[in-house]
This record gives sequence, structure tokens and C-alpha cells, in this order.
Amino acid sequence: MGFFFFLFAIVAVAGAVGVVALRNPFYCALSLAVHLIALALLFLLLEAQFVAAAQVVVYAGAVVVLYVFVVVYVGGGSKPEPLWRASARQRGLAGLFGAAIFIELSIAILGTGLKALDGDGAKLGAGYGSPGQIGELLLIKHLLAFELASFLLLIAAVAAVALAGRRQGLEDDVFPDMEIVDVRRPAATGTMGEAVGGYGLLVPPTGSEPAPEPAEPDTAGGAPVGEAR
Amino acid sequence: MAVNWYLVVSALVFSLGAVGVLVRRNPLVVLLCLELMLNAGNLALLGFARMWGDGSGQIFAVVVMVIAACEVAIGLGLIVALYRRRLPIDVDELRELHG
Repeated sequence: MGFFFFLFAIVAVAGAVGVVALRNPFYCALSLAVHLIALALLFLLLEAQFVAAAQVVVYAGAVVVLYVFVVVYVGGGSKPEPLWRASARQRGLAGLFGAAIFIELSIAILGTGLKALDGDGAKLGAGYGSPGQIGELLLIKHLLAFELASFLLLIAAVAAVALAGRRQGLEDDVFPDMEIVDVRRPAATGTMGEAVGGYGLLVPPTGSEPAPEPAEPDTAGGAPVGEAR
Repeated sequence: MAVNWYLVVSALVFSLGAVGVLVRRNPLVVLLCLELMLNAGNLALLGFARMWGDGSGQIFAVVVMVIAACEVAIGLGLIVALYRRRLPIDVDELRELHG
């Protein structure tokens, strides 16, 4: 158990370091995927099977793919140099800040009054962390949180579409205004003249005029073909 | 393993994410580092749930994942909107949030 814990923990921390330190945002996203999968394995060690599965599906599956799509769309990888432009002083301050947070959290963990932290945890009932138990808790005990989360997801989806959607004036119109009749077609196609078989009569010999008026007399001698339009 | 160790890993990942948010200039990578911090919180939540043997902490973690997904959707929407307006994709250049 201990071996697996240290293996997954080292992989997770290495992935986190990669997210922070790699210059290309695409590699950052891939590093985040490694970190998330290692974290899902740590969740499994904590007997949280459902959360681990959801982590792999939601994060490593959906969120990272979304990131990769946006990185490809924005094209951040073309100029990786300006992405790491923090001044040396700012970098030093950020490092100090991070070290301070870590030391504070470690002091809090070590100095806490929670004696149970030193042990392996409480005795677990059957089905702890299983989808059945999670579903029961989610739909009975924490129903309000479940419903609020679903509303939050809906609002976020609407907001994402409203933010990223195509709006007028943001960019040039790819397609100018066109009517359906502007599409090029042979003259007299789609008119009554074509329907009654007089199509050949209506086509001008040169094709210069789009719709010839029936100035020419009927030479074929059939039924007189009227101008449809 | 004792729950302590999970909390130490969680604290380490959280501070790494905080450093990334402070240091990086690309909003995409800032969002990635925010994900790191949220996941560190999730790891701590699951550790405490394991400590008490109570499943409610796992529900908490699931709700945090939902919130992270919302944050990703809105953040990436903002970045795409920035790109559409030909604004620089750089948090140092984006000092005015109006309009």
C-alpha cells in the first residue's frame, strides 16, 4: 500500500510541476492529464471508487480535451517564449509565497488536534464509496446540493455559449447576404416554361440575358409557352 | 498509509498550483493551475472522508468537481472571446475588465 501511495504521489506532484513549469500550453494540458490520472489512483487508495472514476471520465476525459481544443484554437504554442515573462523578482516572490503556504499547511497538519489523522482511518462499512452509496447520499441526504449543482452546470453552459458564441461585429462575415435565387442556374430553370417542356425555347442562344422575354415567336408550333415569371 | 500523508501531498499540490497562478502569464495555464488547486482540495476532502468513514465528504468532492467544470467552461469561453476580439492572451496586458 505504501509503495503504491508513494508511486502515485510522486507522479501526481511531477505532473503538477510540469503544469507549472512547462512553457508550451499544450504540454501543460497533457501534464495535467497525467496529474489527474495519478490523483484518481490516489482516490482509489482512499476507497473512493466512484470519485476516482468520475475524475478520470470528467477531468482526464472531458476537461483536458476541452483545454486541448482551446489551445489548438488560440494557437498558444506558436510563440512559447512570452508565456514565461514574469520578472525574476516576481518569480522569487511567488516561490516564497508558495513555500510559505506549504509550510503553513504542513504545520497545521502536524499540529492539529485530530488524532485520527495518524491512523489509517475509521472502520469502513460495506459499500463505502461505491456508486450505490454515493447515489443514495446524493439523492436523499444531499438532494439540495445535487439540484443546485445541476442548475449551476446549466447556467455555466449558457454563459459559456453567450461568452464564446459568434456575435455580430466581432469578426467579418464569412458569408455575405445571399438570396437563394442568387445562386447561378441555367436560365429558365425552375420556371413554368421548364415544366411544360418549353425549356429549350426560353434559353437564349448566347446566354447573355438571364431571363429572355418571349420576344421570339413560337417556331416549334407547340403549345404557346408563356413566360412563367 | 496514514491520512496525514495524503494531506501533505494535497498541500504540496495546492502550493504548486498557487505558485503557477502567480507566475504564469497565459490565462490558459492560469486556469490549469487553478485546476491543480481545486484537485488538491478534493484530495484533502477525500482524505478526511476516509478518516471519518463518512461518505458525505465524497459528495463534497463531487460537488467541487462540478464547480471546477463550470469554471473551466466559463474561463475557456472568456479566452475564446478574448481571442475573437484580437486581444492579447496575456494576463499582464488585460488590466481593464470592462467591455
